[in-house]
Amino acid sequence: MSNFSVGFRTTGNVQILDLRGELDAHTAAELEAAIQKCQREQEFRVLVNGSNLAYISSAGLGVFMAFIEEFRDRGGDIKIAALQPKVYNVFDLLGFPMLFDIEASEHEAIRKFDTVAR
Amino acid sequence: MSRRIHTLTVPSSTRYLEEVRDFVARHASDAAFEPDAVEQLKMAVDECCTNVIEHAYRGESERPIDIAVIVESDRLAVRIRDEGQAFDPSSYREPDLVQFARTRKSGGFGVHIMRRLMDEVRFRTYGRKNECYMVKYREGGRA
Repeated sequence: MSNFSVGFRTTGNVQILDLRGELDAHTAAELEAAIQKCQREQEFRVLVNGSNLAYISSAGLGVFMAFIEEFRDRGGDIKIAALQPKVYNVFDLLGFPMLFDIEASEHEAIRKFDTVAR
Repeated sequence: MSRRIHTLTVPSSTRYLEEVRDFVARHASDAAFEPDAVEQLKMAVDECCTNVIEHAYRGESERPIDIAVIVESDRLAVRIRDEGQAFDPSSYREPDLVQFARTRKSGGFGVHIMRRLMDEVRFRTYGRKNECYMVKYREGGRA
């Protein structure tokens, strides 16, 4: 049984995805569906809040990678914020901060979106 | 410390990945590995089993994956065996992260991640079985 879920929130013109649980090859389809929903609704400014994300594998990272260039091309981004240290440490070791904008807090990530918008 | 072996067999479906991660994490924690090392072990084993499911068994969901966690005084090894298509490490090319993102490809990072997170990763095939053998040394435990 999957213990992964995606919650949707909006702050200003930023679509926030609250990830909860463990994101792997079994649950990645759920994240993909959530990002496709943003894509359909032309919400290209997406902030992924990882404060309740306990684990992510390359299958989960692959979902971000499959969409991030298109979202950036359309003037948006998929930013990642508030990762738990144990999740961030693996991200960092694998070099993913080079690809994604990863911020310490949701507030900081929203500020980055606002800075670009001005 | 004597050598201890813990084994688990799961069907080749992604629905069992969480159980596999929990199994590895439990034994790595019991063997007093640091939390960061436990996370790295979990991910390396997850990536290996995902590759077995998607590539060796090509999505067949009822084939066996045999996992053994072998704890020794200076290291923890994980041995993962399957009976699917063999993986040829010589045909594998290390992915370039930025290039991958630009070409909008997803996936293909499993072996790269396993090699980054573990101290040793070896593949071999004998008879109908394929084996991936990965080792993580304790901090300061490697000669």
